[in-house]
Amino acid sequence: MTDYNFAYLDEQTKRMIRRAILKGLAIPGYQVPFASREMPMPYGWGTGGVQVSAACLTPDDTFKVIDQGADDTTNAVSIRKFFEKTAGVATTEETARASLIQTRHRIPEEALSQDQILVYQVPIPEPLRFLEPSELETRKMHSLEEYGLMHVKLYEDISQHGAIATAYAYPVKVEGRYVMDPSPIPKFDNPKLGMAAIQLFGAGREQRIYALPPYTQVVSLDFEDHPFEPSKADYDCDLCGASDSYLDEVIVDDAGGRMFVCSDTDYCRSRRAAGHVGAQGAPYEEGAA
Amino acid sequence: MQADTLSGGFAAPPVEAAHAFRAIMRVMARPGTIEDVAGATPPAPLSVAAGTVLLTLCDPETPVYLAGTADCAGVRDWITFHTGAPLVTRAEAMFAIGTWEALMPLDDYAVGTSEYPDRSATLIVEMERLEATGARLTGPGIADTAALSLPESAAFQANARQFPLGLDFLFTCGDRLAALPRTTRVEAS
Repeated sequence: MTDYNFAYLDEQTKRMIRRAILKGLAIPGYQVPFASREMPMPYGWGTGGVQVSAACLTPDDTFKVIDQGADDTTNAVSIRKFFEKTAGVATTEETARASLIQTRHRIPEEALSQDQILVYQVPIPEPLRFLEPSELETRKMHSLEEYGLMHVKLYEDISQHGAIATAYAYPVKVEGRYVMDPSPIPKFDNPKLGMAAIQLFGAGREQRIYALPPYTQVVSLDFEDHPFEPSKADYDCDLCGASDSYLDEVIVDDAGGRMFVCSDTDYCRSRRAAGHVGAQGAPYEEGAA
Repeated sequence: MQADTLSGGFAAPPVEAAHAFRAIMRVMARPGTIEDVAGATPPAPLSVAAGTVLLTLCDPETPVYLAGTADCAGVRDWITFHTGAPLVTRAEAMFAIGTWEALMPLDDYAVGTSEYPDRSATLIVEMERLEATGARLTGPGIADTAALSLPESAAFQANARQFPLGLDFLFTCGDRLAALPRTTRVEAS
């Protein structure tokens, strides 16, 4: 740890990121430009989230990283080890014990408390980017609150598919002002965005930071006759039997066999430890994979 | 340059700045809450909290305006030595520091532009007292309502009406810190 400044980044970089975070909290949903640094991992692997985490971590923190809900995937393990090494922080896989959680594309199933911070890794922060490629134009659209294009896109979904077909990165309006990309979380997670924890979003390649203070009004865009519906696979978890959690579909053989399991591995583990068993689950054993 | 210009900084900058920033972030995210901060011992008349905020957020990239009695040789030298922040007029400032009376009028500070509302000043207001009573606060970061002993209400209401433009405020008193971002709706109690 003596080879690095605390939490890897130099202090001037952290101050720059910290100022961006504070302005982000003061203007919820607005994307604050920041001078993103090269990190020792490729763009697309969470460099924005890592920089925001580095600027927020203190030595007293307990750090958790999830990738699509899982604590044990490559990206999550690498980032957790990165901060174990450079910040010397304690790490955990238990949602309730973590003071700072970095996430890629999920919100934990367990409700977060006001003492926790959730840091999102964001690939494309601009919700209008696939509708309007020019940054000059999208910036002007945000300044003029000109979001008609987004509603046209959702309307075209309905006219083509009969329903709004956007299933992840579902756009939201924050405090009645800014349209925001909640990062590619499933729309199942959108109703949790008004949570008690501080939410910070970091996009490294795109050099943007934005934020949601606790209890911010976050509304998923919809139409009166086609209201927003959070959705998930219509099954229970095959390991823990949960009917209320977001599920991953896992192909288990070449004969079309499949199972649905909780995407939030810690939620599934804690339910199995509490004695819940799903249709294909075995009783939980401590330490068993 | 006085000897005390060189002292009063963070003893362990990365760790103390990290703790101070977490406190600043918590109060900015939850208007009305009050947190203790420590680390800096700036020269009079600056409070410990104001000095800690300056050391945590300011550097050569952040022009600072000193208002009223805060604009004295001791403070100027201390900020220059410890942060390298340029000392400027209120219109150019990213951070301004002083008592509420000295910081007025608010018209001259940068409130950002419609395309870049983040390019706005943060005012560090030194307070005689700082308590979670008084003006009623609602808005992002507040579950129900909160209260804070603000110096007045009208100026903050006018500031909130400019949203998404506007100023953001940090209130300091001794080692205590609170905040009021532009989104908070203020009602006089």
